[in-house]
Amino acid sequence: MNKPLDAGRLSAQETGAEQWQREFTAGVVGGKPTRNRSGIDVKPLYTPEDWQGDYGADLGYPGQPPYTRGIYASMHRGRTWSQRQLIGLGTPTDYNARLLDMIAQGTTAVSLIPCNSVFRGYDMDEVHAELLGTCGVVANTVEHMEQCLAGVDLARTSCAMNDPSPFTLLALMLATAKKRGVDWNKLSGTSNQSDYLSHYVANHMFFRIALTGARRILTDHIEFCNRHLPRWNPMSVVGQHTQQAGATPAESMAFTLSAAIQYAEDCRERGMAPDAYLPRFTFFFDISVSLFEEIAKFRAGRRIWARITRERFGARDPRSWRFKFHGQTSGVDLTRQQPLNNIARVTVQAIAGILGGLQSLHTDAYDEALSCPTEFGARIAVNTQNILREEAHLTDVIDPLGGSYYIEALTDAMEEKILAVMAQVEAAGGMYAAVEQGLPQKMIGASARSFQEKVESGEQTVVGVNAYQVEEGRGERQALPTPDPAKMRSHIAAFTAYKAARSASAVQAAQDGLAAAAADPKQNIFEHVVEAASAGCTHGEICATLRRELGFGQPLVTV
Amino acid sequence: MTTHPPKVLITKIGLDGHDRGSRVVASFLRDAGMEVVYTPPWQDIPAVVKLALEEDVDVIGVSSLATDHLIVPKLMRSLGEAGLADIAVIVGGIVPDADETMLLEAGVAKVFHPGSALEDIAAEIGRLTSARRAVNA
Repeated sequence: MNKPLDAGRLSAQETGAEQWQREFTAGVVGGKPTRNRSGIDVKPLYTPEDWQGDYGADLGYPGQPPYTRGIYASMHRGRTWSQRQLIGLGTPTDYNARLLDMIAQGTTAVSLIPCNSVFRGYDMDEVHAELLGTCGVVANTVEHMEQCLAGVDLARTSCAMNDPSPFTLLALMLATAKKRGVDWNKLSGTSNQSDYLSHYVANHMFFRIALTGARRILTDHIEFCNRHLPRWNPMSVVGQHTQQAGATPAESMAFTLSAAIQYAEDCRERGMAPDAYLPRFTFFFDISVSLFEEIAKFRAGRRIWARITRERFGARDPRSWRFKFHGQTSGVDLTRQQPLNNIARVTVQAIAGILGGLQSLHTDAYDEALSCPTEFGARIAVNTQNILREEAHLTDVIDPLGGSYYIEALTDAMEEKILAVMAQVEAAGGMYAAVEQGLPQKMIGASARSFQEKVESGEQTVVGVNAYQVEEGRGERQALPTPDPAKMRSHIAAFTAYKAARSASAVQAAQDGLAAAAADPKQNIFEHVVEAASAGCTHGEICATLRRELGFGQPLVTV
Repeated sequence: MTTHPPKVLITKIGLDGHDRGSRVVASFLRDAGMEVVYTPPWQDIPAVVKLALEEDVDVIGVSSLATDHLIVPKLMRSLGEAGLADIAVIVGGIVPDADETMLLEAGVAKVFHPGSALEDIAAEIGRLTSARRAVNA
């Protein structure tokens, strides 16, 4: 009876914490500090000493500022995340077949990935034919968009268009809706890739127009959507590009929030009210396999955004404060070696995103490190989400890690890191100026190099790459999908015929209107992009006109 | 006999802009003492040939993450037509097995896949440079 709980201690003076420290030190030989990808030293144990925040002020309830625990009261209990798988390959009819199949399997939202020729602002007859449709669907006209979306109820399906400035895919979709008699105010979805700054700094992928022109078109686009598409999210601020390019999770969150500030300021300068545009801002992030770090990244991001929208922009509508985000599991973490291991990686990444409180999720297929995913790989990716939701019950409890000493301390530490990088960007004059100066590009390049060196030195294990390797035969890997060359040839022939059959005068008038709008800052360029798409102009023609009027963007590259 | 370091052109042709790989490789090779000519993505094949000729590079490294390697055979032909068949071409990135065979048959010296060590890439460039200079000596 009354046996003291600390009977094993050396002396009566030693506390439980001291005893643990002594035993830990004795038990861990050569214990070197463990540092996460964002550069935060992670301790072996967290206790109440490590987090003494205020529940109401720092965490709060889900659906209440500062939203650390989630942006909605019901979170995944009320409405599970959208399963938004990115797809796109081959011709519009190939895409449509795959899309309808994915919808039948449980995908709840459409996403459209166009061919790289589309991303670069060209039509199919302007590029090397070998490259057509290998990474996305070749869609250049309203006819193609009708084929892509055949059988999809536009009024009931959320559509994400991977559609950089000048947003021709959305314009083609609006033309399709008009033809079908679907009211524009019923359309919901997101202009993914509207964040031109992330294209500039990270993947050099999607911009086709000089920085100044891209800046104006984005604000025009937001203004147009706010007027005509009340359920559409015109602004998707992208952290995925920077993190895939090598930024640490903290840097990537910081660049994204800094870019969001830039876009919000541009809208404000245009005379829009914060509560008119901020509710339509969404975010898109990469989710690496660094589980706790990613969860903390998302929790910190939500908290910072709630503060910025309220304090810096004076937003009054809670919808303006909510940090809505789509997550994509990180392709950079996947390996070509022993590719089935990627299923395990994607599972961990997806758990991080779900516990981090995302609103929509794309899980990569295990074979994405080999090429565009196979249907087999894509099905496992969708089912990974189904398993996590319905077998593992990850949706039962909201923010289940909230209150964990480690998670709360790490959320605070990530917030501090993120704010430090944001301060650097602010000191450079904001994100637009920082990109012009090459600041984020330099930081991303250095972080990419440093991560690669950790892999090569063995400090960072990558299973199958620098540890646990096995001999693999080439025959063990299955063949990958490629577009059918005959189908692609007839697609090109049909495109040529389409162009010849158009009303040349209507096309010319629309192009002239577009050029005039580009030359006149008082006009809305995107309004004319929509008119041009309806008039039968092709994607490449619209981009060519705007490139001519607004200048072509060159990547600012540093090595 | 000259012992100047290998001179290598790191570039991307085609449509893709993802340049993490090409930048990491280029900065590593430069720090390893090589002379590195680096281009932004989206180069035209004639521009690459012209640059290789003007800079007299030993090796061209093409990064391909989104099927742009499918036009590398066109680059090989253009190099041949310009009398630059002695320049070794290596490809790094996401290259499916069947495409690797196609590239090697088109005259590509080596394909590096994700997970390749930077040291190995540097060693291969060194070896290809010595071979080229031995032939041209």
